[in-house]
Amino acid sequence: MTIEEKVKKLIAEKLPNVAPEDVKRKASLIDDLGADSLAIVELIMTMEEEFDIEVSDEDAEGLATVGNVIDYIEKQTAA
Amino acid sequence: MSRDEPEKKTVIITGGARGIGRALCLAFAGPDTEIFFNYSSSGPEAEETGRLVDAAGGHSTGVCADVADEDAMSAFFKRINDETGRIDVLVNNAGITRDSLVMRMKASDWDAVMDVNLKGAFICTKLASRAMIRRRWGRIINITSVAGVAGNPGQANYSAAKAGLIGLTKSVARELASRNITVNAIAPGYIDTGMTARIDAGKKADILANIPLGRPGAPDDVAGLAFFLASDCAAYITGQVVHVNGGMYI
Repeated sequence: MTIEEKVKKLIAEKLPNVAPEDVKRKASLIDDLGADSLAIVELIMTMEEEFDIEVSDEDAEGLATVGNVIDYIEKQTAA
Repeated sequence: MSRDEPEKKTVIITGGARGIGRALCLAFAGPDTEIFFNYSSSGPEAEETGRLVDAAGGHSTGVCADVADEDAMSAFFKRINDETGRIDVLVNNAGITRDSLVMRMKASDWDAVMDVNLKGAFICTKLASRAMIRRRWGRIINITSVAGVAGNPGQANYSAAKAGLIGLTKSVARELASRNITVNAIAPGYIDTGMTARIDAGKKADILANIPLGRPGAPDDVAGLAFFLASDCAAYITGQVVHVNGGMYI
C-alpha cells in the first residue's frame, strides 16, 4: 500500500461518518470531512504512530486537506 | 505491571509524598491500580508513601521531578507510557504556598506558586490527555482550594493560582467531554496537613470557629471524593467544583 492509500484509509477509519470515496486529495478535513479540532489532533496522533514520525504543532497547523497530510508524510518519511 | 494485565488502571498523582497527595495514593492503592506519583523535595516521605501503598496491597512508583518542568514531566509521562501504555486517572494535586500580604509579596513568590500550582497542572493535563483520548476514557481531577473561590488574605498568589485551576478545569472539561474524559475540581477547606500546620495558633482558632462541622478536615476526606470522581459512579459529572470544607464556605 502506498503512503497515499494508507493515509486515505486511516482518515476514513478515524473520522466518523466519512466514506472512503469521500477522502479525496482536495477534501478539507474540517469543511468537507467534518473533523473538529480534536479529531484532527487525534488523526495526527495516529499518523505519528503509524509512520513513526513526529509532527510539530507548527507543522500540524498547515495540514488542512487530505493532500496536505499525504504530501507532509511523504516528505517526512523520505527524509 | 506488564501489558498482559490490561485491566489494571494507571493513576497519576502529583505531589504524592505527603498530605492530601499521600491520602490520594492510598485511596487508589489496590490490586487494580498502578500508581505513579512525583514529589519535589520530600524523599523520605515519598518512600513512606510507597511503603503504605504496598501495605494496602497496591503498587506505586515515586519519582523526584518538578511538575512545572515540562521536560521532566515529559520524561515522567513517557516512562509511565512505556511501563503501562495507558493513563486512566490524573490527579493534579501538587501545590505549594508562599504566603504574604500582596504589598509585600515578591514576584518570585508569585511565580513559584503559579508554576507549581497552575502551570504544573496544565503541563500534566496536556501530557495525560493524549493517552486518555486514545482510549476514550479518562478522569482528570484538579485539587484547587476554598481560597481559589472565596479568596484569603495573605494568599493572593495561591488563591489566584487555585482560581486559575478552576478555569483550567472548566475549559478542559469542555474540550475533552466528547472523548469520554471528565475533568473536575475538588476545593478542600482547612485540612490537617503539613501545609496548614504552619498557620499560627491564633489564626487556626479563628478558622475553626468558622467551620460549621467544628473540626479540620482530614486528607482522607478529600481523597474519598477523588476516588468517587474517578469511579464509574461519577461518569456524568464534569466541569464541576466540589467543596470539601466542613461548611466553612457555603
